[in-house]
Amino acid sequence: MTLAAGAMGAWTLDESRHMRECLHPADYYSSSYYEIWIKALERLLARHGFVGAAELETGEASPGGTAPKRVLKAADVPAVLARGGPCDRPVEAAPRFAVGQTVRARNMHPTGHTRLPRYVRGRTGTVEAVHGGFVLPDSNAHGGGESPQRLYTVVFAGRELWGEAADPALSVSVDAWESYLEPA
Amino acid sequence: MDARVRALETLLVRKGLVDPAAIDAIVETYETRVGPRNGARVVAKAWADPAFAAWLREDATAAIASLGYSGRQGEHMRAVFNGDGMHNLVVCTLCSCYPWSVLGLPPVWYKSPPYRSRAVIDPRGVLAEFGLELPAETAIRVWDSTAELRYLVVPERPAGTAGWDEERLAGPASRGAMTGPARPAGRGAAGTVRTTWAGSWGSGRSRPGAPSRISMPPGKSARSA
Repeated sequence: MTLAAGAMGAWTLDESRHMRECLHPADYYSSSYYEIWIKALERLLARHGFVGAAELETGEASPGGTAPKRVLKAADVPAVLARGGPCDRPVEAAPRFAVGQTVRARNMHPTGHTRLPRYVRGRTGTVEAVHGGFVLPDSNAHGGGESPQRLYTVVFAGRELWGEAADPALSVSVDAWESYLEPA
Repeated sequence: MDARVRALETLLVRKGLVDPAAIDAIVETYETRVGPRNGARVVAKAWADPAFAAWLREDATAAIASLGYSGRQGEHMRAVFNGDGMHNLVVCTLCSCYPWSVLGLPPVWYKSPPYRSRAVIDPRGVLAEFGLELPAETAIRVWDSTAELRYLVVPERPAGTAGWDEERLAGPASRGAMTGPARPAGRGAAGTVRTTWAGSWGSGRSRPGAPSRISMPPGKSARSA
């Protein structure tokens, strides 16, 4: 149902992820995975005017509400799922960082959506791969446009993340957008 | 929760926002056509065909698409190979990003907060709880799927499979082995994730076996890796 409603095209994947994260922590951690999806879907439908609070409360449809741009039909499901939603976008600027370069994940704490995990913020790692441009979730989740940036796979030593007692044979990588990183 | 989902579906259908036949088609896709057997065929081909393995290492998206697997949550793929003293483990600490096109929808343990938090800080301990004891000298690389790249682990080809064709080789490549917490089932190797984990991290919520749109796909939710 989440996929079918998402196919109306009223919100982005990033907005729906952010909506799930915005559930109250007690609600988030006491809900199963798909309960979180449904609760977020209800809020997305309300935010975008498709259903009202009273309709969600009673389950009874009232007239009115936003008209969808499109409604997914069964016959189109195979093609829509096969196409997916590629997030790569051309970026003209040269990469700021190179493979093998030492970088630091920015110590930043935005109030909105981000995909930089807290446990790497302020930590130093090595660029392992330089990818092309990808839609920036921090912007796209909030209606700010796709604002694509280059993506980098950055590897951190376990001890850099977790201290001297950490497993010396552990390394962890994240995929980080360019603005998440700074030279170290 | 089932009642809440059904009420919402009824509401959306009455308002003309979703087509129930489309929902059925989506559920059917992930119940019958998209699942870990897709990934197993990719891995089997990599084991059997060095040229395909090289392509998979170089451009996983194209190599996997050549077998007919592409689309939603598999748009951008990277294959990571176990071997040479390195074991790979995939997690999404931020939500539950998972390579749907080759492995289907994620199992319950993959989505659970304990797995998502502990996989990056104590992966060796997590693997041991799954029944996979690695020597201390085996390096562990954890891939946190923070962007739209999706990771497929290519395990080492199990011993005792010399001469097997691709179809037979696809047997040992389990869902757990292609995510990290298991070895492919060769002779005497653990091939599936111990059910203690799946059971203790929320199978009660997933209602495996019940044809529910909350827990879809029911047949693939928690019981096996």
